[in-house]
Amino acid sequence: MKPNIAHIALAAGLVASFVLNAIAPQLDDYAVNILVLAGINIILAVSLNLVNGHTGQFSLGHAGFMAAGAYTSSIITLSLSPVLSASPVWQGHVAFFGALLVGGLFAALCGFLVGVPSLRLRGDYLAIVTLGFGEIIRVVIQNTEALGGARGLEGIPPYTNLLWTFGIATVAIYVVASLVNSTYGRGFIAVRDDEIAAEAMGINTTKYKVTAFVIGAFFAGLAGGLYAHFISYIAPEGFNFLKSVDVVVMVILGGMGSTPGVAAAAVLLTLLNELLRDFEQYRMIVFALLLIVLMIIRPQGLLGNFQRRKRKPAQP
Amino acid sequence: MSLSVSFLLRPLPFHSSLRTRFHGFLSTSSSAVLLAALLCGLFLSGCKKKDSAGNSNEIVIGEFAALTGATASFGQSAHNGVRMAIDEANANGGVLGKKLRLVTEDDQSKAGEAATVVRRMISREKPVAIIGEVASSRSLEAAPICQQNKIPMISPASTNPKVTQTGDYIFRVCFIDPFQGAVLAKFMLQRGWTKAAILTDVKQDYAVGLTDFFQDYFTKNGGTIVSEQSYSSGDKDFKAQLTSIRGTNPQAVLVAGYYNEAGLIASQARELEIKAPLLGGDGWDSPSLVEVAGEAMEGNFFSNHFSSEDKSPAVQNFLAKYKAKYLLDPDAMGALAYDATMLLLDAIKRAGTTESAALRDAIASTTGFPAVTGNITIDASRNASKAAVILQIQDGKFRFVETVAP
Repeated sequence: MKPNIAHIALAAGLVASFVLNAIAPQLDDYAVNILVLAGINIILAVSLNLVNGHTGQFSLGHAGFMAAGAYTSSIITLSLSPVLSASPVWQGHVAFFGALLVGGLFAALCGFLVGVPSLRLRGDYLAIVTLGFGEIIRVVIQNTEALGGARGLEGIPPYTNLLWTFGIATVAIYVVASLVNSTYGRGFIAVRDDEIAAEAMGINTTKYKVTAFVIGAFFAGLAGGLYAHFISYIAPEGFNFLKSVDVVVMVILGGMGSTPGVAAAAVLLTLLNELLRDFEQYRMIVFALLLIVLMIIRPQGLLGNFQRRKRKPAQP
Repeated sequence: MSLSVSFLLRPLPFHSSLRTRFHGFLSTSSSAVLLAALLCGLFLSGCKKKDSAGNSNEIVIGEFAALTGATASFGQSAHNGVRMAIDEANANGGVLGKKLRLVTEDDQSKAGEAATVVRRMISREKPVAIIGEVASSRSLEAAPICQQNKIPMISPASTNPKVTQTGDYIFRVCFIDPFQGAVLAKFMLQRGWTKAAILTDVKQDYAVGLTDFFQDYFTKNGGTIVSEQSYSSGDKDFKAQLTSIRGTNPQAVLVAGYYNEAGLIASQARELEIKAPLLGGDGWDSPSLVEVAGEAMEGNFFSNHFSSEDKSPAVQNFLAKYKAKYLLDPDAMGALAYDATMLLLDAIKRAGTTESAALRDAIASTTGFPAVTGNITIDASRNASKAAVILQIQDGKFRFVETVAP
């Protein structure tokens, strides 16, 4: 197979993750903390962008999938931790990767179960259903004793590092970008641009929507797993509706349907949150003002039209 | 599509040929990588690993609290308490001949933020110790980081037992849930009440823990449990349980749960003419307790961390100072945060150094420290062993009755 630009970008991203991980000991904990959060936010934003941006469905339940992945992978590593603490570090990381994947798959399964009935809905209705779903996951966890209930799960082994975070972020960008630019991926865009026309052309719109939803949920689950194994403590409150809104803001700010845009917005918002700390209690006001100004200047998002060379619409 | 979000949902006009899309992909990958690298580079240039800088004439104390967000009222009170303790110490010439500098970070009551701000504080300000959060969830995020960096952390009011189990650098100055059960049992026995009934909210670990430890202490010290009933948070009708309790004729009824149900239980108990007083834990500490039950709540007791009616000089002195400084009445969080800081400063004095292991040992060996919320002794599991106060509801107010030592 001839390597194309996408593969080169993928390889470059993975190499960059290795390099970043190698220089991590030179950085202070705070810098590493911000980088990891930025990476996790990239995964969340890019995966939600597949649903909200590329496929044009409005999901407000991303935090729910994140919670599903976070709890599944944490339960696995916690139950394995007596064995793993005695074995070499690399084995721990292998188990961690397995746990992450299982968490992602479980989130994907949740995405499938929610998606099949609800993606027949459109627009506002879908937003409400996904919002409700996110809350259901949170409340179920809150009332499940085995998952720590409202008190949360603590002592999760901190396996997440820059390599895992940016490795997975690179893969997420690669998968979403390649998918959308593939022949199959045209279907997502067709569904977004005109659902009725797409259906008339023989596209199974529900299938496309569910596919986007499941892939988005999978990566959200991975992001949740990374988050849990970074902070070492998770509680249902951390995956509430506001968390979903944070991700939606990244997608809208970055430009719906622009993968580089939302990745940049994820990084930008993470950094902004930190850079504004010196404003203390005015921080959220400044933050909100910046968002408002940005949206007024660029309503299409940071890179909303960056990759679209619009042709002049044909005059009727 | 008539709701306000509809503008977000409308598909954007989009025309492009396959070729420009692939062209777009080129920019997709490269610009994503470029942008990310650029932003990170910009940021990281400003935060390389620094050597422990800082002024040798000051001692830095860190604090993280929810100054904004859902639990901001707790966070603000705690912050006031900490600030008052630091200002007082500085006015008296500081500690070990050095001025104290308080570094406060806001975690916005949000998950994930506590870990970030604590890392930021530790990397940049090098605090000798950190005063933790009121909320257990956020103390649990920060505790492993403090433990890993060997920086003592004292939480004012995180009651989850797991917080101090994180490691030997993590302490708290409040009592934990199981302790209150023993306090309530002791209070009953002191009054000569040996027949108790129990009504537990089985959905809350807090309530279950309270009941277990109450039962344990009570039966070991000569009391008998005549009836054990349960309910679930959100229940509205408790008549069946209360009727069965009435039949056994207890001298008091422990209602282990939160104020919402406690109010309903009190009014229904009154309807069923149960004369025995009801007892509760700090989960009752809310103005709504009396709003729901009204008259029916009169004469019942509950345990709490602190009462502003306590006539002891430590409490009255604190109240006067707090009011003078903030023009507000302090709540339990303010008092506990003040105590946590004072205990820390006392430990620094006793250790004679701010070196972390020595400071940790000094905090761990605290015995009988005279604090606003009672004399604090740090036990082997780094929890505070101290007295609780018993409050009684009289004329719709929470009146101080007595202090019960552990």
